[in-house]
Amino acid sequence: MTSDRAATRAPGGKRSTAGLTFRRPEAHTLELVLSGDWTLDNELPFAEGVQTQVESNPGVRRLIFDPEALQAWDSGLLLFVIRVVDLCSSRGVDVVKDGLPIGARRLLSLAAAVPERKGARKDEKRPGFLAEVGDAALDLWRSMLEMLAFLGECVAALARLCRGKARFRASDLYTTMQTTGAQALPIVSLIALLVGVILAFVGAVQLKVFGAQIYVANLVGIAMVRVMGAVMTGVIMAGRTGAAFAAQLGTMQVSEEIDALQTLGLEPIDFLVLPRMLALFLMMPLLCLYADLMGVLGGFLVGVGLLDLGVVEYFNQTRASVKLNDLWIGLFHGAVFGVLIAVAGCLRGMQSGRSASAVGDATTSAVVTSIVSIVAATAIITVACNVLGI
Amino acid sequence: MARTGETTRSKITVDDLTMAYGSFVIQRDLSFTINERDIFIIMGGSGSGKSTLLRNMVGLVRPARGNVLYEEVNFWEADHEEQQRLMRRFGILYQGGALWSSLTLAENVALPLQEYTHLSARRIQELVSLKLSLVGLSGFEGYYPSEISGGMKKRAGLARAMALDPDILFFDEPSAGLDPLSARRLDDLILDLRDSLGATVVVVTHELESIFAIGDNSVFLDADAKTMIATGDPKQLRDHSANPKVRSFLTRGEWTAPATQGVDQERG
Repeated sequence: MTSDRAATRAPGGKRSTAGLTFRRPEAHTLELVLSGDWTLDNELPFAEGVQTQVESNPGVRRLIFDPEALQAWDSGLLLFVIRVVDLCSSRGVDVVKDGLPIGARRLLSLAAAVPERKGARKDEKRPGFLAEVGDAALDLWRSMLEMLAFLGECVAALARLCRGKARFRASDLYTTMQTTGAQALPIVSLIALLVGVILAFVGAVQLKVFGAQIYVANLVGIAMVRVMGAVMTGVIMAGRTGAAFAAQLGTMQVSEEIDALQTLGLEPIDFLVLPRMLALFLMMPLLCLYADLMGVLGGFLVGVGLLDLGVVEYFNQTRASVKLNDLWIGLFHGAVFGVLIAVAGCLRGMQSGRSASAVGDATTSAVVTSIVSIVAATAIITVACNVLGI
Repeated sequence: MARTGETTRSKITVDDLTMAYGSFVIQRDLSFTINERDIFIIMGGSGSGKSTLLRNMVGLVRPARGNVLYEEVNFWEADHEEQQRLMRRFGILYQGGALWSSLTLAENVALPLQEYTHLSARRIQELVSLKLSLVGLSGFEGYYPSEISGGMKKRAGLARAMALDPDILFFDEPSAGLDPLSARRLDDLILDLRDSLGATVVVVTHELESIFAIGDNSVFLDADAKTMIATGDPKQLRDHSANPKVRSFLTRGEWTAPATQGVDQERG
């Protein structure tokens, strides 16, 4: 008799088809004769065949198994038996499993050993459309409140910092400044230079019509210094640094590092968020200044190289058109973006759930929040400058 | 699958294995054989390289030197296809369950079935229910890993490890982080599965109770000697091992070598 399910067949090993025949040893007994390989990679007989047999022989009260010719089995046999038991129990037919291989019997009793816990199964029903809208609105409200609470905590942390009571490691601040500042220079150079080149090209096509190519210098200079340098740097930093903050803090949440800080009596906001916020607040204006220079350089390359403008001429035109005010406004943009990106990244990271997918969600959400707030802040600052006449 | 005889056959052979991170050797000269249907324990103190050995055996990390043979197939010399085919015969339970957090328990168990079999969706669903009921988790199909306890995660991980009816099961610290009752139940489950599935089981652990409850055979790795210092039935090792370190470990430090005897043994 086959007592064991055995090792996987070697490749190319012969497989015999699973067979099922019926015998009637006694008037009220139906015997299921199993033969061949009852494995999942084989075509297995359907339990419904047994049901038909039982129905066509109303006298049958008992079902037994004869596995004499059974060569190998796996979960496929178990599924078959479970299904047969299901189908027969409703017809009052007793299924006697004694004839089955011992291993299969043990597995079947193991599967039945722990009954399903009451109320464990989840309600599969989907909520209606209105309920979903309502849930979404409530979620939005909740996340707004959380965001406000987080902002409040950040302000409180800043106040503590000003009174010299906030505790964080200075080395954290320096490393964050280095990773967010110096190490971002290559990507900022590339993007800002190309934006300058693009602006100059687009402008040159129009201005050439009037023979006013020299005004390319004004266009590139003012656009880059006043707003584009800051916005482009902001978008880069949102993708580069905001996402990194969210992923770092999210992973710290998963590995309970933030809990460890809290139970040690250290404020996670002071310890983790403040250095990141400060670093970006300090680095962003510097990166903006650098992006401005790179953008102007891009315009200069197009102006001198393609529009036949003189080097000194381009330089003087730029100097005459760009006011100091424009620079201050650009740097102000940068500082504001720095705080926004740091807050969005840290907020999403701190709110992250404790799983890999939650960290992914937090990172996505951080980048989206950063970019949306950058655009919103740009609009607000632009309108405000317009009203103030600067 | 085919029928097996009653004779013991060697299932896994570790041959002259050396594990290293770069030039830092963790363990060297490991050679032992795991018999079919045995529950084989890899034990040793913390940092002795138990889990690394497991990772070498299941094909996650290539050993610095030596071979791992499954029956006649040399895993690290086999081609990619052959390795994949071998790995499909493994069921591995990782320390924390390693469930995919974005999938429900049912989807976790179903994934290997969907990838490696041609079964219909209904049949896969039935199989998933069967596997989850085997580990006592019926009704939890729709739960995400983040919604269940650590012990349940381990059991769900076991259900996933069993999805493809593996004939070799690997467990990395199965009872770590479980309460004594859950740990005991998991041990019973491992025994039950070995007896009914006829699988060969390799367990990395340092939990003494588990070691004696389920282990048929074992190897003891030592961090100082950087190699195995004992192999055999853990109960025999506890009572008769010539190595004081092994006996001390297996009796939780209660057995200490008599002074002279200890010196003799060290000299020997």
